[in-house]
Amino acid sequence: MPGGFTREQVNAVAALAQLELDASEVELFARQLADILEYANQVQQIDTTGVPPTASVLTGPAADRPDQVRPSHDRRDALANAPDAVAGAGLFRVPRVIG
Amino acid sequence: MTDAATVRQIRDAVRRGDRSAVAVCAEACDRIEARNPGLGAMTLVTRDEALARAAAIDADPARRRSQPLAGVPVAIKDVLCTRGIRTTASSRILASFVPPYTATAVARLEAAGAVVVGKANCDEFAMGSSTETSAFGPTRNPWAPDRIPGGSSGGSAVAVAAGMTPLALGSDTGGSIRQPAALCGIVGLKPTYGRVSRYGLLAFASSLDHVGPLTRTVADAALALAVMAGADPSDATSAREPVPDFEAALTGDVRDLRIGVPARLLDAGVDPEVSAAYRTALDVLTSRGARRVDVELPHAGFAIPVYYLVATAEASSNLARYDGVRYGFRAAPDASSRQDDLQTMYARTRARGFGPEVKRRIMLGTYVLSAGYYDAYYVKAQQVRTLIRRDYDRAFEQVDAVAVPTTPTPAFRLGERLSDPLQMYLGDVFTVAANLAGLPALSVPCGFSSIGLPIGLQLTGRRFDEATILRIADAYERDTSWSKLEPPTR
Repeated sequence: MPGGFTREQVNAVAALAQLELDASEVELFARQLADILEYANQVQQIDTTGVPPTASVLTGPAADRPDQVRPSHDRRDALANAPDAVAGAGLFRVPRVIG
Repeated sequence: MTDAATVRQIRDAVRRGDRSAVAVCAEACDRIEARNPGLGAMTLVTRDEALARAAAIDADPARRRSQPLAGVPVAIKDVLCTRGIRTTASSRILASFVPPYTATAVARLEAAGAVVVGKANCDEFAMGSSTETSAFGPTRNPWAPDRIPGGSSGGSAVAVAAGMTPLALGSDTGGSIRQPAALCGIVGLKPTYGRVSRYGLLAFASSLDHVGPLTRTVADAALALAVMAGADPSDATSAREPVPDFEAALTGDVRDLRIGVPARLLDAGVDPEVSAAYRTALDVLTSRGARRVDVELPHAGFAIPVYYLVATAEASSNLARYDGVRYGFRAAPDASSRQDDLQTMYARTRARGFGPEVKRRIMLGTYVLSAGYYDAYYVKAQQVRTLIRRDYDRAFEQVDAVAVPTTPTPAFRLGERLSDPLQMYLGDVFTVAANLAGLPALSVPCGFSSIGLPIGLQLTGRRFDEATILRIADAYERDTSWSKLEPPTR
């Protein structure tokens, strides 16, 4: 969005990113994101007709391996860092979603 | 044995029984405790765990004689998981995260006899070029404490430069090993993409992230790489490529090796003292018989915009997992409500858990992936990434390595670029291309500015040909004495 970001646009991106921003952050990011994108916009001048995108630099196929059952992380270990877990039931607990 | 002992010197002394691993590691912890308060390199010292591990090495003389890193203290950048030891990414959102597993790179160092003595400070989630975005506060450059050490692996670089440990692990997504190594006067190596497993590295940008060593000497970097390299069943992007004997490649013989100089890329914006040190370094190599060849990298000048579009897009996706459910921190609800709804809990946890640079990159990445902008920014950047890769492929038809200064300037002052993210990003101009192309690259000390700030020479090699850039850097090191100099603040 070279040329500037409105507060509404910043808020829309923040909603997609699951980020709560305060008013000063909205102002700051509106300006900084516009600056960075204006700079980044120089890539538009390059002719990329017919050029395939590079998503990964791996040249060969991914390293497949036999799909064998083997021990994974212990469930209690995996739950141990949760701020709210029901370890005995093997569950993470979150705020109520269904009313 | 002095503070400046190398990995190989310590390993040899411990193997022979001249030094105990316990004494070596206790001294490393003592040095961290003495020097760290002024430098902020380490955010956790694991003395008890280290001494227990060192004692086990001392108790088994037969085993340690075959361990290539017997008793060597190592600092681990705090983006690499260490089982049972807090791993924070220098972020408030992971302030209490204790991983249930150890990163493969760390586990391989430990299996080779290395002893983890603590976790090193870094930019939050490795996002930064100065180690100023850490939630623990900044790391300072031991050559000039009012200046930044580089980043994001600034704590790792300072641990080695200030003589706390002879070896540190870092991660490099756009220069985060090589740039702090250059600014702190040590060696930093980013291997080929896939050479070292990323399992247990907290992901920033998965197609650009690499794990590698920071050391005082090139030979030590070769040794550490040999220990960590090779396929890992836990990382599908790790390469099955055979791992050569990197130490055997250090012959000192660079006769007829062709070193590429992309003169046009170096035209603008390079500090004159950095340019002078770079040209002198090329002369040292040509006097050893290497040949200088001009190369064109027509798209390398676009590496910064491409990098900041691709890296932030990947980061916005990777960091979506930090939402207050699984990793420790969850923001408390507002006083007004007894409990937030789920979406509010996510957004508030992320707002309070992430710092400004991480938020900025998540915002940018979310934007470039969003409907209407995806093709114009993200796909376009990936197409230019292809052109950058092809530039290097063509250059490597004519040369064996490409040489540039690692950074356009020596270390800048703390705070100097913090309020202007674009200025901070532009400092990565010479390092990001190797990440975009997945090529091995290292930084080796090549001089000092007139006020005593280190300068680094970067060598980039062909895919999976770390051996050649290590050989060139080692030959250069033999003819110079930069790596023997020690910073004043230690």
